[in-house]
Amino acid sequence: MVAETERAAAEAQPSAEVPSTGARVLCRALEREGVEVIFGYPGGVVIPLYDVLPEFGIHHVLVRHEQGAAHAADGFARASGKVGVCLATSGPGATNLVTGIATAMLDSIPIVALTGQVSQSVIGSDAFQEIDITGITLPITKHNFIVRRVEDIGPTIQKAFHLAGTGRPGPVLVDLPKDVLLGHGELAPADPVNLPGYRPTIVPHRRQLRRAAELLRSAERPLILAGHGILISGASDELVAFADQAQIPVGLTLLGIGGFPGSHPLCLGMVGMHGFSHANHAINEADVLVGIGMRFDDRVTGRLSEFAPHAKVIHIDIDPAEIGKNVPADVPVVGDARETLKLLRGEVGELNHDPWLELLATWRKRPPSGPVNPRGPLAPQYVVERLHALTGGRAIVTTDVGQHQMWTAQFYSCDTPNQWITSGGLGTMGFGLPSALGAALARPAAEVWAVVGDGGVQMTMFELATVVQEQARVKLAIVNNGYLGMVRQWQQLFHNRNYSETPISAPDFMLLAQAYGIPGRRVCHPDEVDEAIAWARAVDGPTVLEFRVNQEENVFPMIPSGASIRDMIEEDLEWE
Amino acid sequence: MRRHTLAVLVEDHPGVMNRVMSLFRQRGFNVDSIAVGHSETPGLSRMTLVIQGDDRTVEQLSKQLYKLLEVIKVTDVTGDNLIQRELALVKVAASERTRGDIMRLVSEVYRARIVDAAPDTLVIEVTGPSEKIDSLITLVRPYGIKEIARTGCAAIERGSGAVVVARDEAVA
Repeated sequence: MVAETERAAAEAQPSAEVPSTGARVLCRALEREGVEVIFGYPGGVVIPLYDVLPEFGIHHVLVRHEQGAAHAADGFARASGKVGVCLATSGPGATNLVTGIATAMLDSIPIVALTGQVSQSVIGSDAFQEIDITGITLPITKHNFIVRRVEDIGPTIQKAFHLAGTGRPGPVLVDLPKDVLLGHGELAPADPVNLPGYRPTIVPHRRQLRRAAELLRSAERPLILAGHGILISGASDELVAFADQAQIPVGLTLLGIGGFPGSHPLCLGMVGMHGFSHANHAINEADVLVGIGMRFDDRVTGRLSEFAPHAKVIHIDIDPAEIGKNVPADVPVVGDARETLKLLRGEVGELNHDPWLELLATWRKRPPSGPVNPRGPLAPQYVVERLHALTGGRAIVTTDVGQHQMWTAQFYSCDTPNQWITSGGLGTMGFGLPSALGAALARPAAEVWAVVGDGGVQMTMFELATVVQEQARVKLAIVNNGYLGMVRQWQQLFHNRNYSETPISAPDFMLLAQAYGIPGRRVCHPDEVDEAIAWARAVDGPTVLEFRVNQEENVFPMIPSGASIRDMIEEDLEWE
Repeated sequence: MRRHTLAVLVEDHPGVMNRVMSLFRQRGFNVDSIAVGHSETPGLSRMTLVIQGDDRTVEQLSKQLYKLLEVIKVTDVTGDNLIQRELALVKVAASERTRGDIMRLVSEVYRARIVDAAPDTLVIEVTGPSEKIDSLITLVRPYGIKEIARTGCAAIERGSGAVVVARDEAVA
């Protein structure tokens, strides 16, 4: 209250000079970091910030739920390679960010989350909308801060952006008590960030590189597993150069898609639970496995004791804690993917693995894509295939989580980095639409498609209002099978078809689109798909397409959870 | 599985213990003992952790600790070269009949001290490796233990080597 009185007094003064409040210091600090867009939602304790925000060259996007703000900042970051920023008030505003922050943590996405906090004089008293958000987000942020003095705002924002965007990126939360936003002070000049406990290793150890090169030169059946780290470090070109020169095939993790061109002859496509069978067989037969910027997640490895049984493992990652965590590494290499690939290419020289590549070519096999009868039921795989064909494979594609996500990963092959945006680690339903909004704001000239399920979209579909408000050119494609499809698939395969609580109703998506003032089309048959996609692409603004697809279509191939490649299910054998 | 002792230098900020504890809880590391206090360097605290685990677990724990911003250095000091000391205060029931036995036992065998005597209790102060304290507690348990307060183990290596922060790691 005291601070508010002071502020009122300051404003009452007939001074021409604008008082340098904490809120203004914060905005200047954000401008200094190059922030152009903030996804946020106002509330009591952040009113002082909203009061001054219009003075600055920062575009604020008013989301409809704070979770959307965090996902949009995430999509913005993934599409642009920059740090995304979201903003929420204290209490429920802050807790609504949690799922989005956790999503960014599990996928190593650089976002800075700004939260308001009650005034320091009442912190700890269970004040109105007070919550210990730094405590809550401790395990789901790379680091978090609470700012206690106006003079700490500048250095803290600088550290937050540095931490979020360097090394292994991740979300950083900055909690800002109201009295700090209202207080008076100046923005401290930018100092070089000095964090004694934070020194990411960029350049790998020479000796480890030589050992890796030696192992690769002796390999007959080498295989690269490329992950998200390739995209984060901007190493795609280096990876192509390395793979070409050493003639090593490349498998991609779910988040690695786009890190190596899907159309490249050495590309085997996605590995893991719903990866291509030839790619998983390649892992099984490989004698040297090079994991780069990936973490041998359980969705990649399946049963660890039977994973890559013949392979020596070279594991390259910027985070030493990932090396040896799940899969023991014969050659551990800590370093930035781009730097490491550049140096490794020099060490390895030109190699030839023709017999191995010829063998792999004979295994190549696309996943089953469902029967196509022009007036028959619609296969979801066909929808994604056509979307890929009609957009030339060049659109930014975001997804929710579940069957449609896997079909999109399988059938929307990407040739460029940062066009494939999906929640891999946390597996967050409702991610698709808000992340597409973020991507559309990051790259206004790009074509952006959000491919979502009828379950996930109902978790965040109110962000259509934000899409309209921003006139973001987001094309929503709802793959509607009337089920929480992936859970239904598991129930079918592993729980005797006990479809407990997975049939899910939905609103009339055409009426929903209409309510938001968005044009929409419903598609029920294969022969309507091309026309509908072409129509949506021609509309200058958001559109909604609903695809009514086969209700009990399954994602194959599938290696059941905790199983090995021997247990791979290639297609539906028990079809009635 | 064996006992490992880690010396961990951390920045002396509020909330650092919380981060370290949160990490152990989150990742399921089992910690036998933690002792924290100021180190030789202003601004740095030293934690001594005693944990059970195989080498891989300890390596993973150490790497995860390093990911915390405030953790400056983690050293596995497990070995024969280690001096480990813990302090315990043990309040034990003592009647006129048993008082003499207890006092003799703790002073002669354990070189521990009696720091308080009441009509029906004694408070024993004992310092030493954790095993010595465990052993003393086992021996006095039949007399009736009322309370135990232990500090957790502090550890330092013998000789001139030291777990310190190198110049380039130093806190500015």
